[in-house]
Amino acid sequence: MERTHYKQEINMTEALMNRINELISHYPADKRKSALLPVLHEVQDAHENWLSIELMDKVAEILQILPIEVYEVVSFYSMYNQKPIGKYMFEFCQTSPCCLNGTEDLMDYTCEKLGVKIGETTPDGLFEVKGVECLGACGYAPMMQLGDFYKEHLTKEKIDQLITDCRDNKIILHDK
Amino acid sequence: MSKKILLDKINIPEIKTYEVYRQNGGYASVEKAIKTMSPDEVVEQVKTSGLRGRGGAGFPAGMKWSFIDKKSGKPRHLVCNADESEPGTFKDRYLMEFIPHLLIEGMITSSFALGANLSYIYIRGEYMWVYKILERAIAEAKAAGWLGKNILGSGYDLELYVHCGAGAYICGEETALIESLEGKRGNPRIKPPFPAVSGLWANPTVVNNVETIATVPWIINNSGDDYAKIGIGRSTGTKLISASGHIKNPGVYEIELGLSVYEFMNSDEYLGGMSSDRPLKALVPGGSSVPILPADLIYKTANGEDRLMTYESLSDGGFATGSMLGSGGFIVYNDTSCIVRNTWNFARFYHHESCGQCSPCREGTGWLEKVLWRIENGQGREEDIDLLWSIQSKIEGNTICPLGDAASWPVAAAIRHFRDEFEYHVRFPEKIKNRDHFVAEPFEKVKHLVTKQTV
Repeated sequence: MERTHYKQEINMTEALMNRINELISHYPADKRKSALLPVLHEVQDAHENWLSIELMDKVAEILQILPIEVYEVVSFYSMYNQKPIGKYMFEFCQTSPCCLNGTEDLMDYTCEKLGVKIGETTPDGLFEVKGVECLGACGYAPMMQLGDFYKEHLTKEKIDQLITDCRDNKIILHDK
Repeated sequence: MSKKILLDKINIPEIKTYEVYRQNGGYASVEKAIKTMSPDEVVEQVKTSGLRGRGGAGFPAGMKWSFIDKKSGKPRHLVCNADESEPGTFKDRYLMEFIPHLLIEGMITSSFALGANLSYIYIRGEYMWVYKILERAIAEAKAAGWLGKNILGSGYDLELYVHCGAGAYICGEETALIESLEGKRGNPRIKPPFPAVSGLWANPTVVNNVETIATVPWIINNSGDDYAKIGIGRSTGTKLISASGHIKNPGVYEIELGLSVYEFMNSDEYLGGMSSDRPLKALVPGGSSVPILPADLIYKTANGEDRLMTYESLSDGGFATGSMLGSGGFIVYNDTSCIVRNTWNFARFYHHESCGQCSPCREGTGWLEKVLWRIENGQGREEDIDLLWSIQSKIEGNTICPLGDAASWPVAAAIRHFRDEFEYHVRFPEKIKNRDHFVAEPFEKVKHLVTKQTV
């Protein structure tokens, strides 16, 4: 199978490097690798929410580990994305307790409204709908994760509002 | 009102902040432990309390602590498991989000007991905003002198950090969590050696759930004996229950262990009964991996006793007629729910979350998902039900970590108690075409069809 190679502009700003160094300082000096997961989150957040091979190589260099040690971690954990994704990814919890309160219908509604199937990005690159496993919000279903935050007790009206707010650039994705 | 230990201060405005938490008696257990007690005395109090691990396994916390290797002279670590991911469970998040300093206080007192100088809270990556709350709370505690070098002039040093995961249920298993904290894939390790001997960076390590650690301050401020007086028998103290599904008041509740399931379900102080007043069909009392109970085994055990919210009563009857308290993820189903669909959903979850190390789990969970999917979608065969039974029995007990068991138990219990519903799906595929097939016509009403052989 041919592998699509996605290009990404890498920008390791001073603020990002400071945060990375702070994270590394949380572990003993000879255990830099331990900072890998938190560092990947920071780097991904600063790069449109995905990690190219070049970016992963950069992380390996910073943590003084082999590139494969980064790739194998990125491919294991579901929160790291290896290709470009929609700016606003609606990650609906689709595990049973949420489904008891209407998640499946709401996902159908959202897909229809945006004109996409699950896993597709809207042509403008703004939205993507995804089903994910239990997010630990079973009592507040239906719900989704959007960036660093949870949107809970969702209804069709709230979905409409959320889509409008995203288009109007009113949604904060990351708490920095 | 029953006794509250963890949530008694949760409604105080701004209890999230250090100042308010401190003004309301916060960090007293650290003072008491460090100034007046030896580490072993702290461990002894926790042992006396009978506190059992609140993550799901229910192993006595004090005993777990006493296993930590102090002889080797290696650095020791306390790691808090905040990788809450068991479907149905959302209690730890509630504690950390609304009273973060309680966990930090517990981490300091517990680290002191274990002689740990470097401790971590491992939180799931999806709880990113809670991660930030904890980071800020740790900074506040450090600024106030509760962390760092020479705490309260005692000579005891402790650094505490939060570490975030990135979306992997398996990292809730303690050895997988340690691997993940080391910056690796979350593949569980073979035990022994246990983490108490060789854990984080091969150092002696204790891994405890958020709720377990948050209970320690109360035990130290009062006493292990006082804690042991709450509850019934070996189920001492209080427990947080996360309630979801078809109930009036979903949410997180602190109960005294020993409360009856009936009262918890129906009293207005707790769940307030079923939503939309539909009949109760089934209950998963302790997170998705524990066996589902049918309506007639929820309020009473098989021998007619009242079913109580305790480790013992919920497991009364073993897996034949009982279940488990587990993590306290209390999922309630009404008569419109489809047990086959629910079981398929859980099987998909475990298939997705299997780390792939052990073939029975890696392959078996995929089989379970696929076979359940075809039954749920009207393409099942009569022999599929026995096939499911056979697959689950070959996963259980044959894997490095308990994820294999966790994937098997819900399937086994669903077939054990709801076999007729599986048969109905196989025999009447045209009746289950719609995703919400039991909404218009609950299964109880069409049950008579099952015995009618059409094949």
